[in-house]
Amino acid sequence: MTTATARISRPGRNAATPSLNARQRERSLAWARRAPLLPALVFLILVTQLPFVATLVISFMNWNSLSPDKTAFAGLENYATVLTDPDLRQAIFTTILLTVSVVLISLLIGLGLALLLDKKFIGRGLARTLLIAPFLVVPVAAALIWKHALLNPTYGLINGILTWVWSLFGSTAAPQLDLLSQAPMMAVILSLVWQWTPFMMLILLAGLQSRPMDTVEAAQMDGATPWGIFRHLTLPHLRQYLELGGLLGAIYIVQNFDAVFTLTAGGLGTANLPYAIYQTFYFANEYGLASAAGVVVVIGTIIVATFALRTVFSLFKKEAAR
Amino acid sequence: MSTLTPAAPQSSGPARSTSPAARATGRAPRRGKARMDPTRNNTAAGIAAWLLALLFAVPVLWMILTSFHSETDAATNPPSIAANLTLDAYREFFGETSGVSPWPSLINSASASILSTVLVLLLAFPAAYALSIRPVKKWTDVMFFFLSTKMMPVVAAILPLYLFARTVGALDNIWFLILMYTSMNLPIAVWMMRSFLAEVPEEMLEAAQIDGANLLLILRKIIAPVAMPGIAATALICFIFSWNELLLARVLTGVVAGTAPVFLTGFVSGQGLFLAQVCAAAVVISLPVLFAGFAAQDKLVQGLSLGAVK
Repeated sequence: MTTATARISRPGRNAATPSLNARQRERSLAWARRAPLLPALVFLILVTQLPFVATLVISFMNWNSLSPDKTAFAGLENYATVLTDPDLRQAIFTTILLTVSVVLISLLIGLGLALLLDKKFIGRGLARTLLIAPFLVVPVAAALIWKHALLNPTYGLINGILTWVWSLFGSTAAPQLDLLSQAPMMAVILSLVWQWTPFMMLILLAGLQSRPMDTVEAAQMDGATPWGIFRHLTLPHLRQYLELGGLLGAIYIVQNFDAVFTLTAGGLGTANLPYAIYQTFYFANEYGLASAAGVVVVIGTIIVATFALRTVFSLFKKEAAR
Repeated sequence: MSTLTPAAPQSSGPARSTSPAARATGRAPRRGKARMDPTRNNTAAGIAAWLLALLFAVPVLWMILTSFHSETDAATNPPSIAANLTLDAYREFFGETSGVSPWPSLINSASASILSTVLVLLLAFPAAYALSIRPVKKWTDVMFFFLSTKMMPVVAAILPLYLFARTVGALDNIWFLILMYTSMNLPIAVWMMRSFLAEVPEEMLEAAQIDGANLLLILRKIIAPVAMPGIAATALICFIFSWNELLLARVLTGVVAGTAPVFLTGFVSGQGLFLAQVCAAAVVISLPVLFAGFAAQDKLVQGLSLGAVK
């Protein structure tokens, strides 16, 4: 980056005392550089930062649109409610449970799949394509398919297969699952793990394929076991890819709305914060409370994002230093 | 350190021209030689990979199969895999008896996704240019500002956006949704495009500048050939994210500007036999994403990881 700047500013610097004119020209050149950046920056600040400032303001207000005459400054009251209201506290807990379990499980399965796909076998390209497919089903559609075609207790595919397998052994009393009403959280986790594993697999596969093969070959020559190679060479190399996948996944899954909305409609303890906030302002019209809950999500996200940014940065600065 | 792909853009240069399949398999023969008995090992891995791939694909394949079954065949236990195929579910989804057509919502989705993607590209390309080819000072700080806006959950800004739209009369207006999708995808697009533009060899840019080529010529002859596949992938990924979006569309649109995901959530009545119809609806609405995703497959990882992984 410095080469271009240096070339442009050299005439000014070479002069014994840079004239006012040269300095002005330099400044206008700097603005010429900035100009292409400005539309995007201004647009983003207007559409994302400004509304958040508004959310922050509303979060300190007692504002229910059904009784507008009672609108007033509320101080920290909304925040106290967010942290003490059993439903909202449950939503915070659900959000954490959902995010952590989906990220960890899909990372683990994704790692296994990436290790398998890193080997050469017949039809690998097709297997990879099949594995990406879950990620390319529209989330609402995927949630509907899980709810009705797979998990439905009477005619869903999973119970259907159980009946079929049991009938092979002459039994008519196949066990039948009803995840949606008995373990709704597991149903949500299952469908999200199914959608997010391909994402993790793709990132980890790219990480595996960027391994320095010469060290692996040298280790093999020296008689290292496959487990030893995995433990001491592959895993340390994959670490930042695991972190990147986990943190990017976490940022998306914290915000998940589609699966909770479609599969369980937030019932039976599956309402996460995005769903609870949607409910609070869209149906309960509690604008102040919804905003405070939104601010709490942002604080949580900032904690995750600080780690995420550090990881992305460690990958990024190597490129920036080129 | 050198193991990290972003550090070595040159090494990825020649590989880019080959097909994705060739690139994926490119490393295997080298390693095969070093193994004692590579075939045995790989057969087991191949079988395991295929079984898992099929397991993951079963819901998708089942969705497609069921969409071609009649409602009675779709709702059986055990499943009727070999039932007769029919297009009834698709006819029903497109409103043969109900008269409710999904076309307005599909058209809304298409316009919201395509127009917001065009806007994103128009805003992101100059920005990415000012962050890579002729970078501003402190360009890394700017990059992280863009990224940080993406980390803010939509729910943290949706209420003011809703109130604003209601006040100015922009509720249920597709253009307001287009602006929202533009802001949603802009940070991702800037990051992706920067990583693709950074692959343009510096020497070529310098040579062209010395030869006195103007900006338009440089864009057309030097930047476009290198960055075009990446820009196309960026567009496809932005399209996918917009097409998939539900929360903003649900809050900000209604009967006029409702998108396909909104239509889908309202479509499920919950009564009677409708499983085949649900599957047909899911297939129809997922088709554009499946096409876009497979078209961008080659660059999907780089795009989804914001250019951090190649």
